[in-house]
Amino acid sequence: MATSLNPQATADIVARANALFEDLSFGTARAWKEAVPGRKVVGYMPIYVPRELIHAADMLPLGIVGGGDQLEVIHGDAYYQSYICRIPRSTIELGVSGRLDFVDGMLFPSICDVIRNLSGMWKLMFPKVYSRYFDVPQNYRDDIGGNFYINELAELRHDLGELRGKPITDDELRSSIAVYNDNRRLIRELYALRAERPWQAPAAEVYLMVRAGLLLPVEEHSALLRHYLAAARAEERPMRDNCRVVLTGMFCEQPPLNLIKSLELSGCYVVDDDLLLVTRWLTGDVEIEGDPLRNLSSAFLHHSESTAAKYEPNQKEKGQHLVRAVKRTAAEGVIFAAPSFCDPALLERPMLQHVLKEAGIPYIAFKYAENSGQMQPIREQAGTFADSIKLWSAA
Amino acid sequence: MTTVKVATPKAAARAPAKEVIKDASMLKQKEMMAAHYDRLTSAPETGAKVAATFVPGNLNELVMCFDLLNNLPEVNAIQNGLRRVSGSYVLEAEKIGHSEDVCTYVKSDIGMMAKGNIAPNGKKFPNPDVLLLSYTGCFTFMKWFELLREQYKCETIMLHTPYMGDGKITKGMIDYMVKQLREEVIPTLERVSGVKFDIDRLRENLKRSSKAEDDLVRVLQSAKAKPSPIDAYFGGIYYIGPIFGAFRGTQDAIDYYRFLREEVEDRLAKGQGPVTPDGDMGKEKYRLVVEGPPNYTSFRQFWKMFYDEGAVVVASSYTKVGGVYDFGFRHDPSKPLETLAEYCLGVYTNRSLPMRIDMLVNYINEYEADGLLINSIKSCNSFSAGQLLMMREVEKRTGKPAAFVESDLVDPRYFSAANIKNRLESYFQMIDQKRSGANAAA
Ligand code: SF4
Ligand code: SF4
Repeated sequence: MATSLNPQATADIVARANALFEDLSFGTARAWKEAVPGRKVVGYMPIYVPRELIHAADMLPLGIVGGGDQLEVIHGDAYYQSYICRIPRSTIELGVSGRLDFVDGMLFPSICDVIRNLSGMWKLMFPKVYSRYFDVPQNYRDDIGGNFYINELAELRHDLGELRGKPITDDELRSSIAVYNDNRRLIRELYALRAERPWQAPAAEVYLMVRAGLLLPVEEHSALLRHYLAAARAEERPMRDNCRVVLTGMFCEQPPLNLIKSLELSGCYVVDDDLLLVTRWLTGDVEIEGDPLRNLSSAFLHHSESTAAKYEPNQKEKGQHLVRAVKRTAAEGVIFAAPSFCDPALLERPMLQHVLKEAGIPYIAFKYAENSGQMQPIREQAGTFADSIKLWSAA
Repeated sequence: MTTVKVATPKAAARAPAKEVIKDASMLKQKEMMAAHYDRLTSAPETGAKVAATFVPGNLNELVMCFDLLNNLPEVNAIQNGLRRVSGSYVLEAEKIGHSEDVCTYVKSDIGMMAKGNIAPNGKKFPNPDVLLLSYTGCFTFMKWFELLREQYKCETIMLHTPYMGDGKITKGMIDYMVKQLREEVIPTLERVSGVKFDIDRLRENLKRSSKAEDDLVRVLQSAKAKPSPIDAYFGGIYYIGPIFGAFRGTQDAIDYYRFLREEVEDRLAKGQGPVTPDGDMGKEKYRLVVEGPPNYTSFRQFWKMFYDEGAVVVASSYTKVGGVYDFGFRHDPSKPLETLAEYCLGVYTNRSLPMRIDMLVNYINEYEADGLLINSIKSCNSFSAGQLLMMREVEKRTGKPAAFVESDLVDPRYFSAANIKNRLESYFQMIDQKRSGANAAA
């Protein structure tokens, strides 16, 4: 792809991201691996893994977030009861159907019991693939949770070094941290642009741009983001009379792209969301000087996103991240959208709703599945919500 | 050993017994539970302070060091299930905004609160003074106590147990947990209770725990005999009550498990099978291993489907949810904090899926079972996600047939008796066929 900043049409950049998104065989990652003998790919699931470690081992971190609405699930359903969300079954489908046969390792982060148990299933079903449950602390003191996390990081670093055949050095890690800092800054810029002028960076486009980051080498992704940012700023697009909403609950199983599009079509500009959190889990730059594992740990403990999979030790802080997101982006309401059967998102929801109620922020809620086809009810609900917000603010 | 017969008109369906047999152990347990609920509900008068905590990772030995009463929301949900009030509580929770998709234990608890928080003795539960979020084996626990904290606005302590994803306990895990215990859990419990921590008191409690644990293991392992003198699932649920609840580490628990062991050994010596709510079970025809929690809203009816067919459960994973003792772990007073960490790490649902499968395979072999039955709980991802693969793996490794039924813990809407009965009947037929096939081959 082009690396200079020649002006490109937004449509072309988005088309490229869309092609990546639609390719259920991960052709780009396969090509990356085949280009140089010995290259390895390590997959990871939501919600967060330190991709710097994989990158430092010269490997490609590959985000696996289920099969979406285009994948036909043939085998996956035989592994899960009807009352379990979709993402594990479509992920199994990707595995069983050979779509992930080029992946050398899989990481299953600490997010919920489903992904946790899937880590053991993967070990049994794909015994030749390195797979690891990646635990993170729920205690945020450096000398307690931090030490535990540094240990976890060190073990992962060791394993990845073994997989490569050469230990990962501190300097390799430092330069990977720098590369990801750059990427995170660009993502923040993208989110800021959308929050400021959502008509210039529609939610579905932003989603595709971020999603590309799960599939491309980070350096290429950063270049793609730069192109998009330049193109989206340059292109004049009509502003619609939409209300501004924050989307929450979509941190794991992905909504169909159509759902995101439907929200905007029905009158809601998405100005913030919790989609694909791995790309902006760490909310600021990670320190480069010093011990890289300690720096990653410190960022995780003190500068990372709040979400349902994380314990909030302070009752007064519970849900405030959402209120802050609303204020920061001048949003007028919140849409709770959670995957069906998603315990973390659905158990969290009432607590967040209480906080919003207290803060006088309107909200609506619905559920989806990655393969939901019918958008009409969601459009109607979002449309009514947008209308009521407009009425309310006019009053 | 004392045996008392209590007449119950309802249990007349099955001849010859027309009464429920209450052994000394059952009476003891009943008495212990009643006293416990009385202690809890009279806390406002006695001034006793209350810690709420979960069954897996239940740190009763530690909680008692601070004179705190232990209130376990899962046990309350079970009681509400057995007393058939959980259904209305679940509906109440859904009415106030909780999703139909989430864990029904949580909703039963929240619904109970919304409807006045009434304990099984008819009196009001006290508000907890502290929520001890012993976080092991299930992600829902964290949300559950965040939800309770929102209501009670009380102090909450997170004790995070790492998951045994690679099937082992590392030094890093133990260090992490011990440091949490030493620097966060204990100081907070001291502050809340006003009682200074005394490690010798903890050691004494742990010593008592391990004594009761020895007897519990003897009881559970008696099921290796043929016929088995116990039902290790339906009966087992009663057996684990005290040790998984608020009694581990007490003299009461030691007494209870001694009574129980003596009773079971007596049945064993006489070659008797398990006692069911309808009296002695008839001839043992099928020996099963069961994975997954039971259904509590139709518990009796569910159990009857087994004993009517001569099916006895010889081992179950559910009776390991509050601690796995049958592979050698005992609370060890010589390393009090480390042992608590090891205990939390080792509970059944904190074990990786391959470990869970190994356990079930081991049970089928060691207890000479005819196969595996999974009762998959609709609202429990911790147990249920992955069970279909577990079933296949266990079948593959043991050559024994497995079957799958679905229900819920405390939501009566998901108990379909006809469906479950049908599945069980075909499963028993499958076992028969397998046996006659094996006989023919021999
Ligand atoms: S969608 Fe929710 S329940 Fe399903 S795997 Fe993701 S976090 Fe877990
Ligand atoms: S999800 Fe399962 S293990 Fe967790 S609290 Fe609910 S019933 Fe218990």
